[in-house]
Amino acid sequence: MRNALAIGGKEVRTYFSSPMAYVVAAIFLAATGFFFVQDLAVLQLARLQGFFGPASFLLLLLCPLLTMRLLAEEQKLGSLELLLTAPVRDEEVVIGKYIGALAMVGSMLALTLYFPLVLFLFGDPDPGPVLTGYLGIFLLGACFAAVGLFASSMTSNQIVAAVIALGFSLLFWLAGTAGSMLQEVPGARDLLQYLTLSTHYGELVRGVVDARALVYLLSFIIAALFLTVRSIETKRWR
Amino acid sequence: MIDVQHVSKRYGGYLAVEDVSFHVPQGQILGFLGPNGAGKTTTMRMITGYMPPSSGTVTIAGYDIFSQSLQARRHIGYLPETVPLYTDMTVRSYLDFQGTIHGLKDPHKRGRVNTVIERMRLDEYADTYIGKLSKGYRQRVGIGQAIIHEPDVLVLDEPTIGIDPIQVVETRQLIKELGQDHTIILSTHILPEVSMVCQRVVIINEGQIVAADTADSLSAKLGGPERVRLLVRGPAREVAGAVRDLPGVQTVEHEATGTEGVDRFLVACRMGRDLRPQLAAVITQHKWDLLELQAIGMSLEDIFLRLTTSEELPANA
Repeated sequence: MRNALAIGGKEVRTYFSSPMAYVVAAIFLAATGFFFVQDLAVLQLARLQGFFGPASFLLLLLCPLLTMRLLAEEQKLGSLELLLTAPVRDEEVVIGKYIGALAMVGSMLALTLYFPLVLFLFGDPDPGPVLTGYLGIFLLGACFAAVGLFASSMTSNQIVAAVIALGFSLLFWLAGTAGSMLQEVPGARDLLQYLTLSTHYGELVRGVVDARALVYLLSFIIAALFLTVRSIETKRWR
Repeated sequence: MIDVQHVSKRYGGYLAVEDVSFHVPQGQILGFLGPNGAGKTTTMRMITGYMPPSSGTVTIAGYDIFSQSLQARRHIGYLPETVPLYTDMTVRSYLDFQGTIHGLKDPHKRGRVNTVIERMRLDEYADTYIGKLSKGYRQRVGIGQAIIHEPDVLVLDEPTIGIDPIQVVETRQLIKELGQDHTIILSTHILPEVSMVCQRVVIINEGQIVAADTADSLSAKLGGPERVRLLVRGPAREVAGAVRDLPGVQTVEHEATGTEGVDRFLVACRMGRDLRPQLAAVITQHKWDLLELQAIGMSLEDIFLRLTTSEELPANA
């Protein structure tokens, strides 16, 4: 764990010294701020839905840009070789990288906390959906980060990594839509809906905490990290 | 300290390293010599645990690199050929990071970082970003990260490649010094480096070991006067022809001395043949004057060439 934290800490420092992270965070904050204000001004309702809706899609687009570097650059530079010959487990490398990405996504989301603050100061919002919504958006970002890390392990080209991450994220974002076209096949629709990130996220934003949703999101992350470890292991055999 | 037993590495159908075995006792500097693409880096990667061998075993300080990988890796410091460092970190923070993942803890770690910075003469650049350093300084940081945890074994892949001649000399001196506390395996395709730095040489070509011995005895064993320098007063063309006709002579290089009628010849003989008496005889037979006859021992370079090029050189190259 100590090694994972060391690697995570290094990643965080790298994030905060790279322009990419600042550009991505700035776009995210500006766009979500705009939607938040728009929702507030038009509907005059003390709620965060105007933020949570677009924020999910923005994360889908921006997370790949934050995660593409994590392992792809190590492969390009060859520094992965040093990391994998240090007395560190492959799992620790992956978890460390993931901690770094989570910290980045987390701090980006933390900067939006002034939205609910404004609501609570000037209105009377229902605190339930605000809390579960933030839980949802963080878990969603965590899922995108995990997929992005996996994509980054597959190639030494950062652009390719970002595109693969975007593809996977879209797949799991839109799978439910495909499900609605398969209504004749029994169970197919429900299964695809269950595999869809947006289904579970939508529930959390509405204030519904379903154990099945949390189980799914956490399993999604663990599966992606597991595949990343495997992907790194296969590099050794090449 | 390093024990490599019957190690092979296969990439698909291509055999990159074939049945390589050698042993490096504690405190020795071993030169791993071979032309580009001979399998040096692949062997290094198997020794450091980056990739497992297709067959065979590698043992570092008593630990199997595959089944007891973490214990074995703790005893290794590694510098890959490309010196892959994180360019967005300062020298100090990078060494600190490497110290941490190699299991060092403060305050010992802080002490080691300072010691390494001092030893590698990086004081001036301790807080400079690695990306801003020249190749030579990056090399120092690279060696620095390899020794940060005071490993028993140092694996250096082409440590003097791509740096300027003064730094090459310094690096060689440094490796010699490091040899007092570490067992070192050093790959190179530069021959003088091996005779300067290493106590033992393993020569690898096309994935196989073609020779393994000390640098001196390798020259001695294969040696004998493989080349003979002659200074002769006589008709140059005829002398060269007569010498070339001797059995066992491979090539004759002719070189004018500036003095009219006196020429220098460099005669290369087939491996293991001492042709001095025959050479002397043939020249005196023709009544030319033999002014000088000097045997030149085979340099490591020649041995290397002979071992790694499969065909003998053409007779009048």
